[in-house]
Amino acid sequence: MKDTSPESREVLSLEAITKTFPGVTALNDVALSLYPGEVTALVGENGAGKSTLVKILTGIYQPDGGTIRVDGAETRFPTAIAAQSAGITAIHQETVLFDELSVAENIFLGHAPRGRFGLIDWARLRVDAKAILERIGARLDPETPLKELGIASKHLVAIARALSVEARVVVMDEPTASLSQAEIEELYDLVERLKAEGKAILFISHKFDEIFRIADRYTVFRDGEMVDAGRITEVTEDQLVEKMVGRTMDAIFPDRTFDPGPEILRVEGYRHPTEFAEIDFTLRRGEILGFYGLVGAGRSEVMQALFGVTRPSAGRVLLDGQEIVIRSPADAIAQGIVYVPEDRGHQGAITALPIFQNVTLPSLPQTSRHGFIRMAEEFALAREYTERLDLRAAALDQNVGNLSGGNQQKVVIAKWLATRPKVIILDEPTKGIDVGSKAAVHAFMAELAAEGLAVIMVSSEIPEILGMSDRAIVLRDGRIAGAFEREDLTPEILVRAAAGYAEVA
Amino acid sequence: MSLTEGTRPRHVPDRLSSRPTRILRSWELLLFGIGVLIFLANTQASPYFLDPWNLSDATFNFTEKAFIAFAMALLIISGEIDLSVAGIIALASTAMGWALQWGVGAPGLVAIGLSVGLLCGAVNGVLVTRLGLPSIVATIGTMSLFRGISYIVLGDQAFNGYPPELAFLGRGYVFWVISFELTLFLLFALLYGTLLHFTNFGRQIYAIGNNPTAATFTGIRVARVKMILFLLTGLMSGIAAVCLTARLGSTRPSIAFAWELEIVTMVVLGGVSILGGSGSILGVVIAALVIGLVTFGLGLLNVPGIVMSIFIGGLLIAVIALPRLVRLLRTGRVT
Repeated sequence: MKDTSPESREVLSLEAITKTFPGVTALNDVALSLYPGEVTALVGENGAGKSTLVKILTGIYQPDGGTIRVDGAETRFPTAIAAQSAGITAIHQETVLFDELSVAENIFLGHAPRGRFGLIDWARLRVDAKAILERIGARLDPETPLKELGIASKHLVAIARALSVEARVVVMDEPTASLSQAEIEELYDLVERLKAEGKAILFISHKFDEIFRIADRYTVFRDGEMVDAGRITEVTEDQLVEKMVGRTMDAIFPDRTFDPGPEILRVEGYRHPTEFAEIDFTLRRGEILGFYGLVGAGRSEVMQALFGVTRPSAGRVLLDGQEIVIRSPADAIAQGIVYVPEDRGHQGAITALPIFQNVTLPSLPQTSRHGFIRMAEEFALAREYTERLDLRAAALDQNVGNLSGGNQQKVVIAKWLATRPKVIILDEPTKGIDVGSKAAVHAFMAELAAEGLAVIMVSSEIPEILGMSDRAIVLRDGRIAGAFEREDLTPEILVRAAAGYAEVA
Repeated sequence: MSLTEGTRPRHVPDRLSSRPTRILRSWELLLFGIGVLIFLANTQASPYFLDPWNLSDATFNFTEKAFIAFAMALLIISGEIDLSVAGIIALASTAMGWALQWGVGAPGLVAIGLSVGLLCGAVNGVLVTRLGLPSIVATIGTMSLFRGISYIVLGDQAFNGYPPELAFLGRGYVFWVISFELTLFLLFALLYGTLLHFTNFGRQIYAIGNNPTAATFTGIRVARVKMILFLLTGLMSGIAAVCLTARLGSTRPSIAFAWELEIVTMVVLGGVSILGGSGSILGVVIAALVIGLVTFGLGLLNVPGIVMSIFIGGLLIAVIALPRLVRLLRTGRVT
């Protein structure tokens, strides 16, 4: 580390932390130090291991190896309570608060002031809550039910709660992701106050302007490893982007030549009341169109509207030049548009049913006569497509839930290919799956495109966008922030378009 | 179950275990074994048990409930439930009695019973699939509503004097000791077994019960399937109402009181998961026979009804707990 501050000043330090999940190394030998009265920005792509680190800090995950020190003393956080009593609190995008309780009750839940007979001293609870809210400059009535507050105010309550337990380390995980500009300014003020009180702050953000505005230090993660750390004044924005995305592309992507066919899908003026607006794009046969953006940029929402899960409020969809109306997934499937969702276990596979039944579910009309299932045809169809995807399973009547994440994904993809679609939308197709399955999915996508299928690939992984896309569209805040041809694609361009940094510079 | 990585696509066999192994491990076989034990115990307990006419009489204990249980099984597998079925019987039977006053004949009465059942099913279906009410709440509401209407119409009166042609549906025999209701029971068992296990519609029911979100994302019209199941359950309640009215020859507002719980018991005893997603019609058939045997056997021994319900309740808990107990003893852990 470039940092030269004395060890004794660190309020919290992590050394050689490692965390693996089946098939994936989420964190490999990472280190992190937090100092009182200073903001440390943690930057990295989606999947770099930031969230895993937060979960280790807050006692939700246990590291497989490494040490955690608080004030130099080695410690462990076996539970979330243990982390809290060590003075660590986290403010997530979806902070765990209770909608039905009041602001004051939320602040003091679990450690409310007690009066006689051990009952809650409600008068003192209100007074104490008011004092803490004033301390952070929050103009909130302690009596207000939490459900009446907006996200920004909920953040304030979460911060007030952090102060009420005398937190010394405050972890903020993308706290500004869903705030308006005015609310963001207020949050920055608050961060300054917390600094002045001597709290150590870990600030996770994708937005470079705010990192350079409020951070004192930075730590960069890439692919589960700590790449660099230091003082923010010693680094430029360009350097930070470069460290974040890296120079190497460690995954090997299939070689492919893009032979564009005729246009198959055209989306015009697509708009949703809350999620996205002004979405226009076209897709050609044989093309892989990448959709990049930060979490919450509206990528999945656009795709789910195309698939009929949600209804857009305006816009046209043309398939093969004909305008089509999609009111439900059944309509979309009938038109030849299929969607492999990001949330595999919840939306993609029916884990308690066998593999063959999952694969044939949308194709039952093909494997049946007059509504009666024909087992032999069903197995034949399932066998054909699972073998094409190189599925690893003991038998086709095995439940999908017993398969690894990668093989579950293959089942979901096989299910859709068996319907012989015209357009396949893959939402984070390789998220959380092992390297071997990842390569298989990538190879298969290339094969599909070569056969003339039109592919839309939503991904948060820059190497995947770079390695697979013929064209890429970047979304930011529900709007198209840029569209790039394959030859123009660089990690820097994608990151800048997604974070809005190009406009700031 | 993890296999090593290879480079070539490999052949994945269709089935992991052979058919005999799957049958041996099935819930249905366990339940069948219990049924055989109860049968043997009954033959020892009472000399009148093995008489064919007595056995035939015994089937009336479960046939009408089983009609509804078949449709209910499908509904529960899909993740919903209908607790208003006994209320539907009361309303359908009351409607038949009311029509009787206007001189409607047997065919008309049957049509009215079935139509009221179907209509009540439609009400439940709309409440659940269109308004999005939880079915357990919606059908507790309609349970009181349907029976409440019969109480308003009938008060402490009863409808009597159903035409003799109607009686065949409740008391008639098709061949020797085989009653019309037993024939209907076997026919419905076949129909529902086929529908659930051998058709696309049945497959969609399982998919919805296991994961309604993924089912929607797979293009299944979830609301439509559930609507059909509520209609079927209403229709079966209507059929049960016709048979029961024909058998009793009268309608009182307390007709079929608390049957909904006996029907749900039959379905759950048959191995249908109350959480939805799994179960079979064969299981429900065996459960109906087991319950029929128990009530008949205890009846021969002059055991009062309240003790019978204690026995059925105990049987339900024992049979449900058995697989878990075995697992607990084997591994020291539940789940």
